[in-house]
Amino acid sequence: MKIQILGTGCPKCKKLTQHAEEAVKALGLSAEIEKVTQISDIMKFGVMMTPALAVDGTVKSVGKLLSVEEIKGLLK
Amino acid sequence: MNTSVWRKYLTWSVAGLAIWWLVYRSLASIAAWFTYSLLRMAHGSHLSSAVEFFIYEAPKVLMLLILVVFGVGIVRSFFTPERTRRILSGKREFTGNVLAALLGIVTPFCSCSAVPLFIGFITTGVPLGVTLSFLISAPMVNEIALVLLFGLFGWKVAAIYLVTGVVIAIVSGWVIGRLRMEKHVEDWVYRTQTGNGVEEAELDWPARIRLGLDAVKDIVGRVWIYVLIGIGIGAGIHGYVPQNFMASIMGKTWWSVPLAVLIGVPMYSNAAGIIPIVQALLGKGAALGTVLAFMMAVIGLSLPEAIILRKVLKLRLLVIFFAVVAAGIMLVGYLFNLIM
Repeated sequence: MKIQILGTGCPKCKKLTQHAEEAVKALGLSAEIEKVTQISDIMKFGVMMTPALAVDGTVKSVGKLLSVEEIKGLLK
Repeated sequence: MNTSVWRKYLTWSVAGLAIWWLVYRSLASIAAWFTYSLLRMAHGSHLSSAVEFFIYEAPKVLMLLILVVFGVGIVRSFFTPERTRRILSGKREFTGNVLAALLGIVTPFCSCSAVPLFIGFITTGVPLGVTLSFLISAPMVNEIALVLLFGLFGWKVAAIYLVTGVVIAIVSGWVIGRLRMEKHVEDWVYRTQTGNGVEEAELDWPARIRLGLDAVKDIVGRVWIYVLIGIGIGAGIHGYVPQNFMASIMGKTWWSVPLAVLIGVPMYSNAAGIIPIVQALLGKGAALGTVLAFMMAVIGLSLPEAIILRKVLKLRLLVIFFAVVAAGIMLVGYLFNLIM
């Protein structure tokens, strides 16, 4: 499983990355977390609000700082 | 969704609003009681005047803020940048500018997303001038500012702010569109490939209410300190600055409006922090047009925004963008100094 955090480095993007790491740990998954920070790469997802979160290349959430619980819900 | 859950939501909402209203209405007497009976301060002193102002305004503004942010959070759950982009894509210039300025009010927006939003709009067929109308209106016509103005000054000032903000956004975007500035957008923007975006799931009401509550937690949690600082400064001005002092520097002289804009642009504050200051300035004889121009310059134009937009706009277009909007703000300032 591959989780991508889309964001150019705003405080919320960093928080979202942390939450994703915690969610992965809590569920005991072996998932790779990648930060997508290049604006041209972010645009390929068609995302206009950061931070966004994609799982296996599909955007699951846009412009929201998800909680650990919410991310868990997305990963199950 | 079954009826008992609905009934629970409804009961809580009505009870919440009733309590909110009762507390809100008794704030003035609580503030007077606190200042003069509990703290035993003398009537008419600088300090007691400042303290009473603070004790009254701080909870009042925060309560208004909570209610409004909640409401706006729900309204915004109906609008997303994707939907706005679809509406604006391929629109004719003038109609597009009007729609963009109006959608700028209700579409969720944060200046940190200005760049992806700009690219997303431009590369999917939204004209440059229309995109800029959106980018002017989104921060400047701010729902928090609107409701605080309504709460502190009444509906007339709030309406003036809303209408003039939208008109500035429409006209500035239209003017820049007419100037044919497309080649002054950074070249890489046009080469960027924008994906199709995200399929949006239709939300149900409990989800929208949760979004409203999230917005309250997020926004009020972030801005309350600025509100208190703003009210603190406002209280200082209210208690210590002599009556009509502001009339001399923020009055109706010809240079007061450009000066207010010049001071306002480098300043960056959110609407919630600036409005208590605005209120105190008006109370001390500053002219409405001058104060309005100052406020719009602070909220609508800022150095951090310029730095963010420099990534996608070449310097020349960026300067023209700021100049056109600043000119619009000054016109509004002069207009209201003239008629009020």
